[in-house]
Formats: sequence, C-alpha cells, structure tokens
Amino acid sequence: MVYKTRREVLAASAVAALATPALGRTISGEMPWEPNDAHPPAPVVPGPLQFLTPDEAATIDAIVDRLIPSDELGLGGKDAGCTVFIDRQLAGSYGTNETRYTKGPFPEHTLPSQGAQSPLTPREQYRNGLAALATYCKATFDGRAFEALSAAEQDTLLKGLQKGDVKLPGFSAKMLFAAVHTNAMEGYFADPVYGGNHEMAGWKLVGFPGTRYDYRDVIANPNQPYTRPPVSIQGRAEWTKPGK
Amino acid sequence: MDEARQMTTILPRKGVVIVGLGWTGSILALELARQGLDVVAIERGPWRDTATDFNIGTAADELRYSARQETLVKPAQETLTMRNTPAQTALPIRSWGSFLPGSGVGGSGMHWNGQTWRFLPNDFVINSHLTARYGAAALPQGHQIQDWGVTYDELEPHYDAFEYLCGISGVAGNLRGKIQEEGNPFEGARQRGYPTPPLKQGYAQDLFAKAAREHGLHPFPRPSANLSTAYTNTYGCSLAPCTYCGFCERFGCANYAKSSPQTCVLPALMREKTFEARTECEVTKVNLSADGKHATGVTYVDKDGVEFEQPGDLVLLCAYALFNVRLMLLSGIGKPYDRDRNEGVVGRNYAYQSSSGSTAFFESARFNPFAASGSLGVTADDYNGDNFDHGGLGFVGGASITSAHTNGRPISYRPVPPGTPTWGAAWKRATADTYQKVTTVNAAGSVMSYRDCYLDLDPTYKDPLGRPLLRMTFDFQDNERKMARWMAEHCVDIAKTMGAKQTVLNTITEPWSVVPYQTTHNTGGAVMGSDPKTSALNKYLQSWDVSNVFVMGASAFPQNAGYNPTGTVGALTYWALNAIKTTYLKNPGPLVTV
Repeated sequence: MVYKTRREVLAASAVAALATPALGRTISGEMPWEPNDAHPPAPVVPGPLQFLTPDEAATIDAIVDRLIPSDELGLGGKDAGCTVFIDRQLAGSYGTNETRYTKGPFPEHTLPSQGAQSPLTPREQYRNGLAALATYCKATFDGRAFEALSAAEQDTLLKGLQKGDVKLPGFSAKMLFAAVHTNAMEGYFADPVYGGNHEMAGWKLVGFPGTRYDYRDVIANPNQPYTRPPVSIQGRAEWTKPGK
Repeated sequence: MDEARQMTTILPRKGVVIVGLGWTGSILALELARQGLDVVAIERGPWRDTATDFNIGTAADELRYSARQETLVKPAQETLTMRNTPAQTALPIRSWGSFLPGSGVGGSGMHWNGQTWRFLPNDFVINSHLTARYGAAALPQGHQIQDWGVTYDELEPHYDAFEYLCGISGVAGNLRGKIQEEGNPFEGARQRGYPTPPLKQGYAQDLFAKAAREHGLHPFPRPSANLSTAYTNTYGCSLAPCTYCGFCERFGCANYAKSSPQTCVLPALMREKTFEARTECEVTKVNLSADGKHATGVTYVDKDGVEFEQPGDLVLLCAYALFNVRLMLLSGIGKPYDRDRNEGVVGRNYAYQSSSGSTAFFESARFNPFAASGSLGVTADDYNGDNFDHGGLGFVGGASITSAHTNGRPISYRPVPPGTPTWGAAWKRATADTYQKVTTVNAAGSVMSYRDCYLDLDPTYKDPLGRPLLRMTFDFQDNERKMARWMAEHCVDIAKTMGAKQTVLNTITEPWSVVPYQTTHNTGGAVMGSDPKTSALNKYLQSWDVSNVFVMGASAFPQNAGYNPTGTVGALTYWALNAIKTTYLKNPGPLVTV
C-alpha cells in the first residue's frame, strides 16, 4: 500500500528549496498542518487478480471456504472476498516484507520462542506453498486438484497441513497453512475497504460495529444489546447507492 | 566509508540536542526552550499529528495500524535479537510480537493505552524494604534487585506535574495521608486529587468491583489518560472527552481524548522560537571528547543516508528504553555489562512485565467489548508490591489485578472456549456465540532484575547501517512464574464470584516468546541508582561517566513494578528536568559525586 499525500510532496519541494543540504524534514515555528491532508487507504476495487494466478486463486477460494464455511451464520470466506483480500495484500508491500527484518544468517535450528525465521516473503510462501500443495494433491488424489476434492477430503487435508502431519514436497505444510489461515481471518474481519469482509459479514458474525467510534451510550446502558448496523471506513453501501 | 565521513556536514552548535521526540523528549524540549536554550530534537520517524495521521475518517483501521503496525518502528530499520538464556544463540525478532516500540513524533506515547500509574513508595526502596521485612535470604536466586536512589516523596511533585500535563482521570486514594473511600488505599500520599474524574466503567467492571469487595479487596477505577471530560492542561493544550471507541493501543486518538505528546505538548512546543524538530533523521552515535568524559554532540543520517554532525552542549537520550541502551553501547557511554564477570552497567538489569489471570465465560451476558478504552478498568492493588504478607509464599513482588476491556477489534479479539477448533463450522459457531459473553480478570505483575537478564550488542546481526543490533537475553525466572500463578489463582476465584460458568487459568508455562503480544513495558538496561558500579545513571538520570548526557525513560528502572510504566517515566522526566534547570544549567558537571 502506498499512501501518497500532498504533504509529502510539499515537504519534498520545501527541502529541495533549502540552501543547506537535506536534513530529512525540519519543522519549526508552527504546527506543520495542512487542511484536508489525511492519509486514507487506497480502496480495493474489483478486477483482475494482481498476484495470484487463476489456479492459485481457485485453491485459495476452496481453502478459505473450508476455514470459514458458508452457513446460516453468514457468508463463507470465498463470498466474503478473502481471496481478493489475500491477492491485493500479496500484491502490495505486505507481500514483499517491506517492514520485516530480512538479513541472514538463517540457522536451521531455532527456538520456538524466537518466532518465524524464514527468509521467504509472503509472496514466496504462497507461490511455493501452493505449488507444493498442487503437486501433493495431484499425486495423492488421483490427479485431482485441492479444489476438486470433497469437503470432507479437504478438511482432513487441512488438518494434516495445520499439524504438519502431511508432508508437502519441498515446503513446510505448517507454514502454508499458517499463512492462509492468518490472512483469511484478516480478510474476513478487516475493514471492507481492503477487499474482504464483504457485506461486513465478519463484523455481523460477532456484532462488531466497525468504525462508529462513539459508544458513550453503550457504556451508559450496561448489558444491553447493541442494535445499530456496522459502519466501514467507506460508510455503508446504502449510503452510496447510485442515484443518492 | 572514509569518503562518506569526509562528506559529513557539521551543523551549527545547539544548546540542547534531544534524541527522539516522544513523551520525554517533547516535555524536555518545551521546558528547556522556555529557558531560552536553542533546542533541536532529532526523530527517526515521521511527523505525526491528529488531524492528518489519526483522522477520524481513517483512524479506526485494525488491519493497517494493528496487524500491519504502520506506526511502529520497522524491524527492517531496527530490531533486536533474542534468546532466553546466555547459553543460547540469539536470533533476530523479524516482526514485532511480544512488544511494540513506536516510531515517529509522539513515539510509543502516541499508540499507548493510557494507563497512568504511580509506583508504590516501597517500590523505590525495594531491596532495603524486603531485606528488612523478610531477610536477604527471601530474595530470589541470582537477583540484582536494587533501590532506585530516589524516593516516592522526592518524585511526588513530579508525578503530580505529569498527571496535570495529561489531565489524568481518576480518583485519589490517599490525599496527604488521609485514605479516600473511592480510591486506591495503598497508593502513596498525593498532594491533590486527579485533574479529572474517573472514566465510567462497563458491565464487567461493575461485576468485578462487587466480587472483589466480597473477597475483601479494595477496587477502584484505574487512572486513565483517556479523559472522562474536557481538560486544558498546564501548557494551554486542550483535550476532549473519550467516546469509548475501542481504538487506543496501537492507534492514535482521533478525538483528542488520549493524552499524548500530540495532544498535551506539541501545540505549545511548536510555538517556541528556539525549538526545531528534525524528523526522518536517525541518530547513529553520541560523539564523545577524546577522554570519553564529555559529549560533543551527535551524528545522524537523514532518510537519504546523508550524514550530519550536530554539535551540542547537552545531549538528552529520549528514545524508547531499549534504543537508549543500544545508543549508549554504540557510543561508548558507560561500561558495558559483562554477565560472566558480573561487571559493568550498560545493559544490566533488563526487566519486563508478567501477565497472568483468568478468562471468564458467562452463560448469558452482553459485555459489548467494543465499547472500551485503553485504560478503562477497575483494579485492586491488595496483592501489588508488598501490600500483602509474602511470608511463606516463595516469591517477592506483586501485581495489579484488573477487570478491563480495552477493545473488541475482531482481527485479534475473537475469544472461544478452550478446545474449540481454530477454523471450520464449529469455530464459526463458537466465535459468534462467545464474543459477547467473555471477560477477563488479569494480573499485571512486577519483574525483578537478575544477573542472567540483560542487554548487549549482538555479535552477528546488523542494522541497514551496518551497526550491531541490540541482543536481549531474557526469560521469566522462577520467582515471577510462582507469583504469576498465585495471582492467576486469585483471578480465577474472583471470576467465579463474578458469575462465570467456566474459567480458564492463564499463567506463564513456557519460555518467554517474542511471538504473542504481551506488553510494551521493557525496562532497565541504563538504570539509575546511587552506586556507579551497579547503575549507569545517578539519581537525576545523568550518566555517571559522561555528565552532559541524561537518559530518560523506563531504561532507568532498576527492576519493574506491578504497574504500567508511563506515569513513572513522566515523573522521572520532570524530576530530572528540575535538576537540570535548577542546578545543572547554572554549573554544568556531575550532579552527584561518589
């Protein structure tokens, strides 16, 4: 995600105008505040895949729909847009580890308390992990891809990946499962502006009101149901229908 | 390298050079600029203000600020390596988990929850107190517990100054020695009440307060930097009432309702004619005179990697606690701690905070966890510090026991009963059923200091500028594990009295891990004290070795108490400032001689 702001542009030109060398940014004399200068996220818009291949997306669709099944409680992971969310996250700065510390060495033996030590970026985890899963499925299920398996077969396989009982060729099953599980949950419960949580299905599941930002009435009335519908950073669909 | 060094630009001299523009840096900058000094603050992160960076239209974004950690220092820029014991090989923390250091103007004081405590009077003389009451043999094996060199009574006016800077919402428990029914009867005497009344509490806190009283405890609303009412502070900066939005920790406050450098200091500071902030500039070193006894200024690089030297008369290290320690080690200020020889002071006595307690599942309740604030909560201090008899318990230290909801943000907050799968139809059903019906009773506990818990420079891993990362060697020791379990058992009992149908006991069973979030309360490494052999700083937070360097922050704590640290960090800042203003500036040099 790149948040381009007017302020950064102004700051850059101000620095360029200084007679002295660049000093990062020098601020003095007043608050450096510009009206209407906020940093909104770039909304995800529907459209072609940006990182995943169509085959990879079909597998992710199938996985997220088992992780978060469609039922009477609400949309499943696929219809809630988890695959779109994952695709756009991988296409952005998250996919390339822009904030993570990535210098080696990467020793073979690590302590669980030291956290993930893999040199792989999220993009590499998905690309390599899904390729290994495809190879595994083809060999194990008579040529069928993950998405062609029955729901029961998919669940059994996912449990095996999660526990590490299933060995994928050349890739950590646990790492693949953890990546998809973490990102699917993020997609289901993050603000819909990022492409998942369609119809605010995740928020409705638990009763989270989103970005309303003022619950003084709730605190004043303890142990009462909250009845207002959730609101996203982009408002509510009803507020922005064409013609309004 | 030589070529780069030749290109270093030497800038005009300043009276005061501040490293880091968070809580401590901004307070010192404002107060010293008002003394007529030329002050520059050098901050490696960006400028941040409420209207722009925590705009109400975009602030409530869990993915961006919590999961993707937009306002934290990027591990790619600086992280630490970590191991549990001195015999292990440390590896880098590649993504933040257990703790979350901030970056940018406001520092971690921008994204904190706002729980603003005074430590107990005994906390400052803990070694003397425990030894007198229980004997030296009662202190844990391998400990390096020590007195602070400063007393609660000395700090009281400065706690008061920080609370009135922030507008803290709370109710006094001890007014000039007279115990107050509604407040914390265990707190040290305070000269006056809190500037604003306590926050309103939620349903869980009402249940907890009633249950705690049944257990003979003394619950009170915990002191909060999320303000209950509008307030204008000592610098003329105004704050607005909290709306219980549930986006405090990891977020900037769009309501101007959370005390922070942004709301409490910067509007006044930026009007000072002799102050200048340089952002996106990282200090790489404090430069010393040839004899190593005097700081001549600092070297920093801007975001394009261009190097500058900023000469200055007085250098104030105001970075996050861990990064203050690293900068001292990289600059050669003070003797580095050597664990094997048990010598040296910089990096010595690193400590943390212990967390334990109970998760409580109710048959039917609507806790509305999203209606929350970072320091909403009711606490009982009966088991904190040495407020209770430790005889026969096998541990020292204590914890504040609290019922709180700080948020209900669902990427991270989705409690389910034990044994629930982490995905699938059963997970989905349990997630929907449980969200409203869970609360917790938690113990935030002290961590003592030990020979084996320390900070030094890593021999292998480097930052992008080629400088060694800080290495953290830490695990919870037996004393803290026993204490955490004892506290958790009490939390479970209280949760049952509250009416929980099922309770889970949470305590420390594994080696300390960098993965799950615990607390951003890293303390020690440049501790204050009265003996230069066991402290890096004197009682005024002045380096024993380089007298024109003062080091602010929780790095000065000789061990950690059973509270969140920011109130004490603020008090120590005003305490050190007072010494700088009244004594140091008139006659620069060591404020304490031994």
